[in-house]
Amino acid sequence: MASDSDSDEDFVTYGTPLEPLEEDEPLKKPVPLHEQTVKDEKGRYQRFHGAFTGGFSAGYFNTVGTKEGWAPSTFVSSRQQKAEKQHVRPEDFMDDEDFSEHGIAPREITTSQEFSSGRKDAVREKARAVNAQAALIPGDTLLEELISPARLSIGVELLRKMGWKEGQGVGPRVKRKARRQQTKGSSRVHGVVLPPAGSEDSEQEEDDDDEEFAPENVTFAPKDVTPVDFNPKVGVQGLGYRGLDPGLALLGGGAAEHIDLFRPQSDTRSRLFGGAQRGSRRGGGVAGQAFGVGALEDDDDEEVYHRDSMSRYDTVLGGEEPGDGLYGWTAPQQYKKKAEKSKDASYLGKILEGFTLAQKPVRDKTIFPPPDLPRDYRPVHRFRPAVDVKSLSGVSPALAEALKTSRGHMVKEEPEQGGRHQLDSGQRRALLGEDTLQGPSSVMELLRPEDRERLKNLRNSSNVPATKAAPTPLSQDALKSAVTLAGSLAARAAGSADHGHDRGHDHGRQQEALAAWKGIQTTSQTFRPFEKNPSKQARYEMYLNRLKQGDKDALEQSLDSGVTEWERSRERDEFVRASILYRPSSSSLSSRFTRAKKEEDDNSVEVSRDEEGDVDDKQAAVNMKMFGKLTRETFEWYPDKLLCKRFNVPDPYPGCGIVGLPKVKRDKFSVFNFLTVTESREPPAPPKPPESGKRSRWDVSGQKAEEKKKEEDPLSELLSAARNQTETKPEKTLPASTSTNHQTPDSRTKEAKSADQEKGNKDDQEEEEVEEEENRPPMDLFKAIFAGSSDEKSSSSSEGESEDEEEEVGDIKKEEVQGEPQLINLFKVPSSSSSSSVTSSTTTPNTTSSRHTAVVSTQNSTQVEEEFGPKLPPPSAALSRGGATSIRSPAEEEKLSKRSKDKKHKNKKQHKHKKEKKKKKHKKHKHKGKQQKKSKKETSDSSSEEDSDGGEPEQVSTEELLKRLKSMKSHETW
Amino acid sequence: MTFPQPRPQAPQLPQHLLTTIDCQQGAVRAVRFNADGNYALSCGSDKSLKLWSVSRGTLLKTYSGHGYEVLDADGSYDNSQLCSCSSDKTVILWDVATGQVTRKLRGHAGKVNCVQFNEEATVILSGSIDGTVRCWDTRSRRFEPIQILDEARDGISSLKVVQHELLTGSVDGRVRRYDLRMGQLHVDFISSPITCVCFSQDGQCTLSSSLDSTVRLLDKSTGEMLGEYKGHKMKGYKLDCCLSSKDTHVLSCSEDGHVYCWDLVEGSLSLKLPVGKAVVQSLSFHPTETCLLTAMEGRVQLWGLEPEETVKTEEDTMAS
Repeated sequence: MASDSDSDEDFVTYGTPLEPLEEDEPLKKPVPLHEQTVKDEKGRYQRFHGAFTGGFSAGYFNTVGTKEGWAPSTFVSSRQQKAEKQHVRPEDFMDDEDFSEHGIAPREITTSQEFSSGRKDAVREKARAVNAQAALIPGDTLLEELISPARLSIGVELLRKMGWKEGQGVGPRVKRKARRQQTKGSSRVHGVVLPPAGSEDSEQEEDDDDEEFAPENVTFAPKDVTPVDFNPKVGVQGLGYRGLDPGLALLGGGAAEHIDLFRPQSDTRSRLFGGAQRGSRRGGGVAGQAFGVGALEDDDDEEVYHRDSMSRYDTVLGGEEPGDGLYGWTAPQQYKKKAEKSKDASYLGKILEGFTLAQKPVRDKTIFPPPDLPRDYRPVHRFRPAVDVKSLSGVSPALAEALKTSRGHMVKEEPEQGGRHQLDSGQRRALLGEDTLQGPSSVMELLRPEDRERLKNLRNSSNVPATKAAPTPLSQDALKSAVTLAGSLAARAAGSADHGHDRGHDHGRQQEALAAWKGIQTTSQTFRPFEKNPSKQARYEMYLNRLKQGDKDALEQSLDSGVTEWERSRERDEFVRASILYRPSSSSLSSRFTRAKKEEDDNSVEVSRDEEGDVDDKQAAVNMKMFGKLTRETFEWYPDKLLCKRFNVPDPYPGCGIVGLPKVKRDKFSVFNFLTVTESREPPAPPKPPESGKRSRWDVSGQKAEEKKKEEDPLSELLSAARNQTETKPEKTLPASTSTNHQTPDSRTKEAKSADQEKGNKDDQEEEEVEEEENRPPMDLFKAIFAGSSDEKSSSSSEGESEDEEEEVGDIKKEEVQGEPQLINLFKVPSSSSSSSVTSSTTTPNTTSSRHTAVVSTQNSTQVEEEFGPKLPPPSAALSRGGATSIRSPAEEEKLSKRSKDKKHKNKKQHKHKKEKKKKKHKKHKHKGKQQKKSKKETSDSSSEEDSDGGEPEQVSTEELLKRLKSMKSHETW
Repeated sequence: MTFPQPRPQAPQLPQHLLTTIDCQQGAVRAVRFNADGNYALSCGSDKSLKLWSVSRGTLLKTYSGHGYEVLDADGSYDNSQLCSCSSDKTVILWDVATGQVTRKLRGHAGKVNCVQFNEEATVILSGSIDGTVRCWDTRSRRFEPIQILDEARDGISSLKVVQHELLTGSVDGRVRRYDLRMGQLHVDFISSPITCVCFSQDGQCTLSSSLDSTVRLLDKSTGEMLGEYKGHKMKGYKLDCCLSSKDTHVLSCSEDGHVYCWDLVEGSLSLKLPVGKAVVQSLSFHPTETCLLTAMEGRVQLWGLEPEETVKTEEDTMAS
C-alpha cells in the first residue's frame, strides 16, 4: 500500500481535473453559447478592434473614464502642498495589453543587454569595426569606444583573451596568398556578389599594396568578413518588410540622417549591411510623420512636419536629366549627381538584406520609332476594284466621271456630316431620335395620287434621276450604258480570287447592318446616300426596310436584277456599307441613355377601388324620398393606426398598411374613371331642356356653360329663343349694357346678346316652372371647370345686376323708399372688412352714384374669390353701431326683413307671391350690388365686363327703365 | 324602434329670451356651448373667439390669433382647451386659461368650416372648403395631420364626432359617416348641399340640413329617412341645425329670422321662435337643459324654458 501511495506521488498530472460530482447536486447547466464570452484578466470583454496590434481597449468601453464616469483630476496647489510637476510617460497612457508580450511595449523578463548576443548588434559592431579600418583616420571609432561604455559581448571578450584583435578575422593565421584565395573562396561560397563599394575597392588596392612588401615568413590573421545574415524568412510579409519595431518606437531612432561625429560613415555603411539604423535621436515615443509631436515632448524646435523645399525639385526641364537617367522623375528625394553606378543605390533606397546591386547593367532595349504616316493617310482600307479607268481604252470622260461618282458617294458625304449646321432638320431629328412630324415630308406627297403616279411613270420610263441637275435623257442613257460596260470590265478585272474573301467579309458586314437596323421602327428620315440616283436610292430604301423587318437576305432581294454581276456586287457592297455608315443614329444615341425607371407621366392613376354607384338612381330615390338602401353606400375605410389609438378604438384592419379608401390603379385616360363624374354632373336626360333643374346661385357657371351650349346648338337655341319670345317679350330690348361678351351682329348672337339678361329672366321663370323640383345637378363639374377663373364671378355679378335692375325698375315705379343703400350683398359674405364699406353706405343715404370702391378692401375681394359652398350670412350693418342692437328703427327693421327676402331672391328660388313684397326696396339693392360688383371687378379680368358694369347705373335711360318695367310686369302677369 | 319614447308632458321648449349678448366681434359666425353648458364660445368675423359665461352673460376671455374670421370652435371635455377654425385656413388649439395659442395647425387649402375635438380631446377634426377632413393630433408635436379624409367631392360644411364615429356633411350633397371601429364609411346621398349634420343624443340617428330647406332625420345604421322637417328657409347660407337635449325636438336656423322647432316624431312645427329680422346663423342647444343659444349678426341670445325673471332668480340662487 505504501508503495501505492508512493506511486501516487510520482504521478504527473496534466490539465485541470474535473470537479468531483456530488450526488445530490443538480447538474450545472452548460453555459449557452451566446454567454460564452472572452474576457481579459480584469473581467473586461475582449473586443476585436484595431487593425494591427489587436486593438486598444481603452477606458470604459472605449471611452475615457471608468464605469463611474470620467472625472478629470482637479488641480490642487497650495502653499503647503505644492502641486507636483507631473511627469507623464507614454506608458501612463497605455493599456496593460500594450505591455504584454504582443503589445507595442512588451515588458517582460528578457535577457539584459550584457548577456545578450543579439545578432543585429553583433552585425553592427562588426560593421563598425570594419569601418574603423577603412576610415580616413584609422581607429577613428576609438573615440567612440572611449566614451561609450564597454559593453562587449562575452564572445568578444573571450576572443580578445585568445589574442584576437579588433579588425581581424577569426581563424588560423594564414599567408598572404592563401588569404587572398580565401577571400575569393568565401565569396564564392556565399554566392553573393558583394557590393562593389568604393571602400571595398580601396581595401582591395590596399591589399595589393600590402602584397608587395609582405615577407614570406609572415603570416596574417585572416581578413575579417562581415557575416552574412542568414535569417530565415518566417513571415508572409513582402521582402524587406519590417514591422513596427518596439524598440525603435519607444526608444526613438529610425530618424533622419544626422551628422554623427562618432560615426562618420557608419550609417550608410550599416544601411548597406542591412542593419537597422539606430539613430542618435533622443528616445521616447513613437516618432514619425504620422504621429506628430506630443504635448509632453520637450523640445519644440523639432521638425514636426515633413518640410519640403523647392530646392529638392527640378525646376529646369532637360539639362541634367539625361545624366541621372531619371527621365523627369521629380519625386521629393535627394539625388546627387553621382558618377558611379554604385551610388545609384542611394536613390533606389535601402537595399534589401542579402541583395546587392547588379553589376551587369541591363541591356538596353532598342526601340524603333513607328514610321511616319503620310499626311493624307486614312486608317480605313477600302477594297477598290482593280480597274484602271485611265488605262481602259475607249472610255469616255463621262464614264470616268460616272465611275467616280458611283464610287465616291459615301466617301464624299462622310465629312459632310461633321457640322451641325450642315445637317438638315431630318438628320438632326434622326440624331435626336425624334419621330417624324406629321405631315407631308416631300412635295410629292402633296400631289394628287394620279399626278404622282404619272410622275412616277414618267420617271421610270426614262429611268432618269429627277433631280434638277440631271443631264438630258440622252446623255443619261449613254452614261448608263457606259456604266454597264465599265461594270463588266471591272468584274472581269477583279477576278474571282479575292471575291470569295470579299464575300466572307461582306457577310459579316451584312450581319452588322442587320443588327443595326433590325427592329427600328422609326419612320424618321434617314440619310439618303444615293440621292442623285433615285432608282438606286429606292433600292437602297427597300433594302433598309427589309433590314428593319429583320430580313436576312434583304440585300439580295433588293438589288437590281437587271444589271451586271459586277454592278450588283458593287451595289451590294455600297448598300451594306451605307447601311452601316448611316445606321440610324438614334439607335447609337439612344444606347447611351437608359430608360427612366419610373415614368413621370404614368398612364395609370390611382382611383378609389369602390366607385360610387349611379347618382341618377340615387337622385331618383331622393326625389321619391326613398332614403335607405338606395341612397346608402358603404365602403371599406381604413383609419390610420394612430387615429384608432387616439380614439381608443382597436384597429379594424390590424396589420394593414392601407389608409383611407383602398385605391387601385387604373388607366389614367380610361373613360370609366370619368363616367361617374359625368353621370353625376350631367342632367340625366339629354333632351331635357337644361333649364329644368332648379338653380341656386352656384349654377351661374353652369348656366353659362349651358348658354354656350345653346349657342353651339342651333336647335336648342331656337327652342329657347322661341320660349323666351313667348314668355318674356321685352328681352330683346334689353339694354346694351348687359351685352358683354356677345357683340357680334349675327342673328344667332343676337339672341346671345342678351344672354346675361336672359339668364336672369330665365331664372325667374324657372323658379316658377319647376318650383318643387329638387333635382339640381351638382355643381362640382362646373366648379371644376370654372372655379378660379373670374368669369364666374363677373358673370354672376352681371347677372345679379340685371336682376337688380329689374327690381330697380319695379322699385322706382312702386315705391319711393328713401335711398337706404343698405342692400344685401347679393352673393357674398361680407367680411368684417367689407362691413366697413357697408357702414359707409349706410351713413351716406340717398347717394345714387355711390362709389364705394375705395372702401372695399382687397381683402374683401380675395375672400369673395374663395367663396364656394353655402355662404355665411352677412354681418348686419348694425354691427358697427355697437351695442344698441335691440333698439331698431322701424326703417331698419323693414330693411332687414327685405333683406332676407332679397337673399331669397338672389338665390333664385323666390316665389312669385313674394315678389310683390320684395319690390319695395330697390335702390339699396342696386347700390349694394354695385358695390359688390366693384369689389369683384378688382379681381375680374374682363375689362369689357367692367366697363359695362361701371357705366351702367348712370347710363340707364328712362326708356330702358320703362322697358324693363314692362318686362317685370309681364313676369308678374305670367 | 329608434324613436325616443313619446314624451309624457307638454313640450318643453326654450321659448323665452333670457339674455342678449352683444358680442362686439362682428358677425357671430358660430356660437357653441361648452361640454357642460356653463360657457359659450362665440366665433366672430373680426378674427376673435370669445368665451362667455352663459348664466351671467359676461365676457370671460378673448382669444385672438386668427388671421381671418373665425368660423367654428369647440371646447374640450375638460374645458382646458379650445379649438377654433378660421377662414385663414388654420385650426388653432388654444389654452383656455392663458388664452395662448397652443398650436396652430396649417394644412387646409381653403377656409376651414368646422372643427371638433374628439371625445378625449386627443384629436382635432377639421373640415374645410377644400373637401378634406383633417385629423390633427393634439398629443404629439406633429404638425401634419394623422389622416386626411378626402373622400368628399366638395367642401365639408359640417362635421360631428361622437365616440368612434365621425359624421361629415359636404356640399356635394352627401352625409358621410366614418366608423372607426368598424373601419367603414357610410355615404348617404341627400342630393342637396349639406349645411349641417348632427348625431342624435342617443346616437341612433343623424340629422342633416340641406340647402333645399329641409332637415332630414336619418336612421344611422340603415340610412332610411325617419323624418323630414320643412317650413324654414335655408337656401343659400350655411346655417346650423340641432336636436334638443332630450332628442324630442329638431331645431334649425332659418334665413327668415326664426328658429324653427319641430317635434321629432310627429314632424309638426312646434315652435317658431322669432329671433330677429336677419338670418339666424348659428344655434347651440344646451347639452342637458332646455336652453338654446342663437346667433344673429353680432348678437348672441340665450333662450330658456322659463321667463326671464324666474330663470334669473334661479341662477341667482344657484350662484349664491
